[in-house]
Amino acid sequence: MTREKSAEDPVVSASGGLRISRRAFLATGLAVGGGLLLTLRFSETASAQDALIAAYVKIAPDGIVTLTAKNPEIGQGMKTTLPMLIADELDVDWQNVRVEQAMLDPIYGPQFAGGSLGTPLNWIPMQQVGAAARQMLISAAARTWGVPPAQCMTRQGVVRHPQSGRTLTYGALAEKAAALHAPDLASVTLKSPNEYTIIGKFTGGVDSARVLDGEPLFGIDVSLPQMSYAVYEKSPVFGGRVVRANLEEIKAMPGVRDAFILRGAGADAAVKMGLVDGVAIIADKWWDTQKALQKLRVEWSPSAARAQSTAAFEQQATQLAREAPHALIRRDGNLDAALRGAHRRVSASYAYPFLAHATLEPQNCTARINRDGSVEIWAPTQNPGPGAQLVARTLGIDAAKIRVHMTRVGGGFGRRLNNDYMAEAAMIARWLGRPVKLLWNRPQDIQHDAYRPGGFHHFTAGLDAAGNPVAFRDHFITFGRSGHVAAAADLPADHFPAGFVPNLEYAQSLIQLDAPTGPMRNPGGNALAFAFESFLDELAHAGGRDPLELRLELYGPPRVFPPPPPRFGVKVPPFDTGRVRGVLELVAQKSGWAQRQALPSGTGMGLAFYYSHFGYVAEVVKASVDRDGVPKVHKIWAAVDIGRQIINPAGAYNQAQGAILDGLGQALHLFITLENGRVVQNNFDAYRLLRMHEAPPLEVHFLRSNNDPTGLGEPALPPVLPALCNALFMATGKRIRTLPIDPQALRPSAA
Amino acid sequence: MRLSILVNGIQRTVEADADTPLLWVLRDELHLSGTKYGCGIAACGACTVHLNGEPVRACVTPISAVGSAAIVTIEGIGASEWGRKVKSAWLELDVMQCGYCQAGQVMSATALLAKNPRPTDQDIDAAMNGNICRCCTYTRIRAAIKQAAGLPTADTREVQS
Repeated sequence: MTREKSAEDPVVSASGGLRISRRAFLATGLAVGGGLLLTLRFSETASAQDALIAAYVKIAPDGIVTLTAKNPEIGQGMKTTLPMLIADELDVDWQNVRVEQAMLDPIYGPQFAGGSLGTPLNWIPMQQVGAAARQMLISAAARTWGVPPAQCMTRQGVVRHPQSGRTLTYGALAEKAAALHAPDLASVTLKSPNEYTIIGKFTGGVDSARVLDGEPLFGIDVSLPQMSYAVYEKSPVFGGRVVRANLEEIKAMPGVRDAFILRGAGADAAVKMGLVDGVAIIADKWWDTQKALQKLRVEWSPSAARAQSTAAFEQQATQLAREAPHALIRRDGNLDAALRGAHRRVSASYAYPFLAHATLEPQNCTARINRDGSVEIWAPTQNPGPGAQLVARTLGIDAAKIRVHMTRVGGGFGRRLNNDYMAEAAMIARWLGRPVKLLWNRPQDIQHDAYRPGGFHHFTAGLDAAGNPVAFRDHFITFGRSGHVAAAADLPADHFPAGFVPNLEYAQSLIQLDAPTGPMRNPGGNALAFAFESFLDELAHAGGRDPLELRLELYGPPRVFPPPPPRFGVKVPPFDTGRVRGVLELVAQKSGWAQRQALPSGTGMGLAFYYSHFGYVAEVVKASVDRDGVPKVHKIWAAVDIGRQIINPAGAYNQAQGAILDGLGQALHLFITLENGRVVQNNFDAYRLLRMHEAPPLEVHFLRSNNDPTGLGEPALPPVLPALCNALFMATGKRIRTLPIDPQALRPSAA
Repeated sequence: MRLSILVNGIQRTVEADADTPLLWVLRDELHLSGTKYGCGIAACGACTVHLNGEPVRACVTPISAVGSAAIVTIEGIGASEWGRKVKSAWLELDVMQCGYCQAGQVMSATALLAKNPRPTDQDIDAAMNGNICRCCTYTRIRAAIKQAAGLPTADTREVQS
């Protein structure tokens, strides 16, 4: 197993550059009395489970418990949540828990922040780790006392033997416990919810105080001895290659140590977020790289992307909508006959733009090539495993020679599922022969993203006499290359209302795109919810139906669909229409939906529901517009069902509120424009993120259905976009079919 | 050029070109990396520090313009009464998600409260609008400012509107 190998690998501490082996480090720790306890076993008899427990749990003689957080922390709170799960089962006082970020290491299994999967994949395994460690501590105490383990109990870091009144602290037992074998994780008994002492408690982020003390936790803060700073300039037009650059002039500039051209990894690198052609400028101060960048002149080769612009996309989409779709995604029943026989037909076209992730911490990475040829990476990444693979491919070395330190991440939103910055830093470090911190400036960050793809939906639906949809068609115009749909640009065949309307057709046509796209917080949903849930609102109004009642009728009585295939070997919950109903009814009740007709003229309420990442979220927005047509959001209500247990209410409400406001900002302001193959926007003046005065009051309600807990980074985002547009329709009578919302179209005088 | 600047109450000597923004002197010369780079054009507020108590964007403040002004950064803000209260409120309400903007938020909030100990929602909007939170923790930022001020934290704006 790879653990033994990695345990022998050299490690270098981030702060000091001390080069020692992990084994030596552990031995040293024990020798100086101290520090390590339930620790890595060295004996040949250590099992994989022993190593796993040791990797997660360390207990010092003074009772301080150090737990490992396996996944990256991007603001979604996993560095707090996952250790809470271990600590509760371990039965320790949270005040005595310290948390350390894991390195990338196969012992932990998948280590990533994506898909809102941190909770569903780790909810049980992390509790099992804590329970197994607790069992080992009990066994150690029982042996010490010569009593059966079943007679022992634990409470807050102490093992007790009630019959004799004896106690031993975990700190006193740790060394003995470490010599025992860990139990089979599947065999441990977990607490029942009424026994939780940490799960469910409002628990602040484990790093928050350090952030507010200004400690260097983020990728951008990494500092190594003999480190240089780098900037890497790529073709503003996607896919351009370096023909020539004024390197000599740049190298002669004050503070500049070097400047050189790197060659990309082929024609597809730009859309695949690998290493692309560029010019690296190296200086002893990052500011000097920026001054040199001003003087940099590069001739870029023309690329296919230069023919591509947002304006041209819109023309192509209009043309494609008149033609037969390129491909069928799904067909149910007999759509044409159902449309012909419908009591009423409704058609509408929706469009949304490309978006950038705009993490507030720009992309960056620090890299060092060690003397033994190994590569050490410090990166704010959501996805370190594929990052190491990318570095290995780019450098042509074995992935086992790459060590990845996961720094705190200044915002993910899906941007850092790609690791292009990692490949750049590693290549620059190798070329340079010394440690380097690559830091993108903001224009580079906005202009070299893997964008949320834009899209166009051409809907037609048929309603029966009661206003129920009996036919539904979407001709989706999306983006791709050579017949393949671009990343995160697809329409899933099972997207609602597929399966709930008898006659249905989803088809797509592709516009050629040579710019990179990728997942952004709630990929698919962040765009599709706007189009589908707005059009559903149109259908409700066209059929004279209450949008809430129409949804309840469409989803029908409570029923559970067949379970989906496991994700990463973990069972995931099936779709349950009872949970849809639950959040719809809850949000209606909390928002006063039934009384919305009593709102003052010019104020409206809109409703939307979206199921994503196993979460059920219904939202109501109350809004009006001012004289210039600018939307004013009065309040937003959300009802969220992510299962029976909110692990950390502190993080959960924050995630839901943040996701809702994130979506609101997209609806109000955000768009990326492509012009002749390059992105026009380059900073926050043109890319208008939501600000304080635009953040309305929010109410988030969790519906505790009896299901295992699932993730919350993403599910609360999509419904707010259509809920807002639906509210604006009630307020103004004007239907928003293009994002971002154009106030001109909502002005009271506008036709 | 060689400059002497007053940072968090300590006189520091730095070597930097006159046009170097204060941000990069703090981060890369003095290793005070709590102050963050976000945009470079004073559009996001991640680099907010105090110059003689006024919140400024360090990314567009050339070091040559600092002179003898007292610079306070996130590393030093806890030494002031309002800085301490603001940081405590931030932790009590668990404001941060990724945390990258929060140094700037705390600096802006502290400057607000030092001048206006009982801010209204409108005052909070005006003082905090220059600080982007990409995670959109605005709900808790607003509440934490009120908590630091000893005001009720409930968001009553909908009732008023």
